[in-house]
Amino acid sequence: MCGIVGLFAKSPEVEERLGMHLAAMLAQMNDRGPDSAGVAVYRDPAPSGSSKLTLFSADPREDWGGLARQLADVFGGAAEPRVRASHAVLVVETDAEDAEAWVRSNRPDLRVMSAGSAIEIYKETGLPREFVREFGLEDLQGTHALGHTRMATESRVTTEGSHPFSTGFDLCLVHNGSLSNHNRLRANLRREGIEFQTENDTEVAAGYLAWRMREGASLEEALESCLDDLDGFYTFAVGTKDGFAVLRDPIACKPAVLAETDDWVAMGSEWRAISVLPGSADARMWEPQPGVVYVWEKVAA
Amino acid sequence: MTAVAARETAAVEVVDLGTTSLRELNQRLHDLATSPGPHAWRIVNPNGAHAVACGLDADVEVEIDGHVGYYCAGMNKRATVRVHGNASTGLAENMMSGLVVVEGNASQSAGASGHGGLLVVRGDASARCGISMKGLDIVVGGSVGHMSAFMAQTGALVVCGDAGEALGDSIYEARLYVRGEVASLGADCIEKELHEEHRAQLASLLEVAEIDADVADFRRYGSARQLYNFKIDNAAAY
Repeated sequence: MCGIVGLFAKSPEVEERLGMHLAAMLAQMNDRGPDSAGVAVYRDPAPSGSSKLTLFSADPREDWGGLARQLADVFGGAAEPRVRASHAVLVVETDAEDAEAWVRSNRPDLRVMSAGSAIEIYKETGLPREFVREFGLEDLQGTHALGHTRMATESRVTTEGSHPFSTGFDLCLVHNGSLSNHNRLRANLRREGIEFQTENDTEVAAGYLAWRMREGASLEEALESCLDDLDGFYTFAVGTKDGFAVLRDPIACKPAVLAETDDWVAMGSEWRAISVLPGSADARMWEPQPGVVYVWEKVAA
Repeated sequence: MTAVAARETAAVEVVDLGTTSLRELNQRLHDLATSPGPHAWRIVNPNGAHAVACGLDADVEVEIDGHVGYYCAGMNKRATVRVHGNASTGLAENMMSGLVVVEGNASQSAGASGHGGLLVVRGDASARCGISMKGLDIVVGGSVGHMSAFMAQTGALVVCGDAGEALGDSIYEARLYVRGEVASLGADCIEKELHEEHRAQLASLLEVAEIDADVADFRRYGSARQLYNFKIDNAAAY
């Protein structure tokens, strides 16, 4: 099953309460995915020349302050880590590529959940309702966010196997469905230098998008080529620095509903998830067409 | 006072799903099959809940104010259920008789495998509308999505808008009437002539559904009878 939600703020009021809305939407999708939950929130961009990492540690006594000081020694600056449950967000005074590479080689025990300038990814096993509380999502502000509740079918229930999957800097993917050609595709993508951390089918879709975009495709083109190269069932929601995109496979067994008001654009596996938003009763509401890419992005002021 | 007038003035039983559990509501509606109760019901704050007014078996009228989730009015028998909003997957699935009306749009598999009664969707229905229908009639004011009337056995599907890809794939003896464009016909589904009996059926369905459309604008589609073992001697069985 699985549940997906997405929220894109069009007003400062919604940006201010993004975490609260996201938490409410995710809780509505609790029953669709009681195995694990996760969110990607786009917020508080790192200053120019810096980047932002979200890291996960399996050790509850992880010394995030010590790690921040180490990073400051190497790259300069002195930002405090912002810790949420098993995750921490660190702002590093270098680009995302260098920051991520440093963590991977110096702290292989940590998992890089996301890297970029605005993205933060939090995900964990357990009931979505509890995840929302444990990570204190409700106080988060931001421009847009995606969320996922997982009912696992293709691989183990672990923190790493939870969604969203990062697909590149400031990019992430959530998925409702299952892919049947992920093993072959993973092998092909590994030959192209794409790294995988799990046996999860969605991570392959994330890697596929990262590869297509590395080869020069736009997000829209990369998603359109999914229609040819991915075999299986999917409703995807992809987060970018400026917005999000939605794609359903051509058979469209996996549900999705979109709704829009003057204040927000929202996506959910079901209307239940959207019904908790302010003004939802009067929202324009529709079902995304199979095989059609929908994109919302912030218009530069 | 006539019986009808008495009903109209009778109090409407209002159930708020914001404060009453879905299970309690459905149990009260199910009890009407065996014991008397209110005739007119109004359900408020459905907020996309699943299985609202599912499994009814009584001559009652149920109005739902708002959008409903999966399987609304599923297995409906005798009752009239009206949704003043949109309906999600599996609307009126396996309906047996009665009337189900959705004022907005319906998601995929509306009227799936229905045996009887009438389903009216005033807006659009999505993919697989009327899949495996077995005798119910469906009238859609807007368009239907891909694979509609897949393996449809009997009954009629009236589409006032367009139909998506593979309409009537592997169809048996259901009758399909489409006013707009058909993106493509599925395996063994062909256009057929609109005879007088079809015009009469179409006119009557549109009238009951309270949809104003000219019968002359519709085309009829049905089975070419090449894919399944159709024997003319068995025609009366459909």
